[in-house]
Amino acid sequence: MDVLVCVKRVPGTGSSITLTEDGRGVDTRHLGFTIGPHEECAVEEAVRIVADHGGTATVLTVGPPEADEQLRYALSMGADRAVRVDCGVADPDPQQAAAAITRALPLIIGTSGEHGTQSADDHGSGFDLVLFGNESADAGHYQVGIRVAHELGLPIVSGVKGIDVADGRVRLHRPVPDGLEVYEAPLPAVAAVKEGLNLPRYPSMRGRLRASRAQIQSIPVDVPVGGLRTRRLRLPEQGTTETVVLGHGPDAAPAVADLIEELL
Amino acid sequence: VTVLAVLEHGLPADSAASLEPARALARRLDTPLIAAVDPGARAPEAVGQALADLVAELGPAAVVAPATDRSTDVMAHLAAVAGLPLATNCTAVYPPTPVDHGRTALPGGGEGRSGHDQQGGAAWVVTRIRAGGVLLEEAELDAPTALLTLAPGATVPSTVDHATPVRHAELPDLDGLDVHELEIAPGTERVRLVERATAATGVTLATAPVVVSGGRGVGSAENFAVLEEVADLLGGAVGCSRVATNNGWRPHRDQVGQTGTKVSPDLYIAAGISGATQHWAGCMGSKTILAINTDPEAPMVTRAHYAVVGDAVEVLRAVADEIRSRRPR
Repeated sequence: MDVLVCVKRVPGTGSSITLTEDGRGVDTRHLGFTIGPHEECAVEEAVRIVADHGGTATVLTVGPPEADEQLRYALSMGADRAVRVDCGVADPDPQQAAAAITRALPLIIGTSGEHGTQSADDHGSGFDLVLFGNESADAGHYQVGIRVAHELGLPIVSGVKGIDVADGRVRLHRPVPDGLEVYEAPLPAVAAVKEGLNLPRYPSMRGRLRASRAQIQSIPVDVPVGGLRTRRLRLPEQGTTETVVLGHGPDAAPAVADLIEELL
Repeated sequence: VTVLAVLEHGLPADSAASLEPARALARRLDTPLIAAVDPGARAPEAVGQALADLVAELGPAAVVAPATDRSTDVMAHLAAVAGLPLATNCTAVYPPTPVDHGRTALPGGGEGRSGHDQQGGAAWVVTRIRAGGVLLEEAELDAPTALLTLAPGATVPSTVDHATPVRHAELPDLDGLDVHELEIAPGTERVRLVERATAATGVTLATAPVVVSGGRGVGSAENFAVLEEVADLLGGAVGCSRVATNNGWRPHRDQVGQTGTKVSPDLYIAAGISGATQHWAGCMGSKTILAINTDPEAPMVTRAHYAVVGDAVEVLRAVADEIRSRRPR
């Protein structure tokens, strides 16, 4: 099993968001960066699948050189190799991001050769399973994985919180508002996963050390013009809330009970 | 030219609510509204393909769907098959205006525009939700057919500067609508739905009138017992923050937040939760928020309607006792 996981470098926003003066982006000068929770679970799942079935876990991002930091985090969790795709666009739209990924796949070193269980002629990716986060934590377009799957001609299920691989097929569990749906698809396949799929590990010291020394393959690609262009960002209007302090400690219980009686 | 509204099987409330802005859009463009019904119980991929066939046949000006998980998925498949951009989670939609119609009121008091972008093609302008709702984006959507998913309460502002109000929770009147039931052609499904289990009904996190949520300040899995107790007394559900799930204190299905469940109860009790944007995105729709926290400066406290400063577990224990003491035995 060769598994590819696609991740995105996003600002870790903490408790508040500040915008740049021109309103075109988030002011990231004082922020750390991270991969989203969905994607962290995707990396964890890839590492677990490889531990169970053998093969390799490759992590890929589309982004600037700074995104190597997020690739190294995934490597420290146990991914085997990392690829950064540079499409020369600061904030690619979903069509551009999907094109960048699709165009980079044939250029990833060592996929369909010694490791791949299928040749690149059989399908477009050289991987048996491709994982995405269901949506990015910042832009939230909910579509890059689906676009990539269609470009590669592979089946995809989104909103996945359970993956079983067996006998060249994959079963994908998708919670829905009134229950659960289970889908089945032949491999190679694509899944867009959600947090809750697993509990991601904290990288070990050994993993961090290995990650810091790992080579990251950089792949430049050209992408077409996309159809969705950000003009500006803004914070939603929020009526300033005057917080009413009901009290301190357990002594506040009667005031809380009064509030509950009033509201319910 | 038409506007195509994608409706979900059985018309759940979100889907029904998206029909009103779809009608407003059709009125605004002076075109008929046509509805396509997702049969459900099939893979979104196959439904998206069937929808793409219908779109190729009709050539609509816009395709609109509710921003539910299901319809978002179907629309993304349509977008991928048709090679069109897709704007998800829109809260406001501004169709391209013919040049003669002059200025268009833009969000945030922006200046009007001619309706044509630099490339000379007419572009749509949308306001869409990012980062789970804590950030809004104004974007241009440049496409022969605009693909849009609409967040609850989305509006299609008219050329004059006032929004078309959205009527909620009314079953849409499908009379007079040209309704297409999407049919899945045999052999188009690469992904097969092999099992469908319906969960037991009862109080769920997403629909509970009261949610009692705990975070880091609760301190342990065992300490959630008092949250369970208060939730039981109030007929509510227990929720938690991402810290609580990452610590293994609660299962992920209890998580309220951007990557968990979004809730909008009458009362949200945030116990020992600091209020990172990840969590705020999941509970910001609550009618009343009560924060219990040792830190009076925690973002959750400063954004809450009511607050108690103190240890979450101690306070909730006292609250449970107080509620019980007020009830007839």
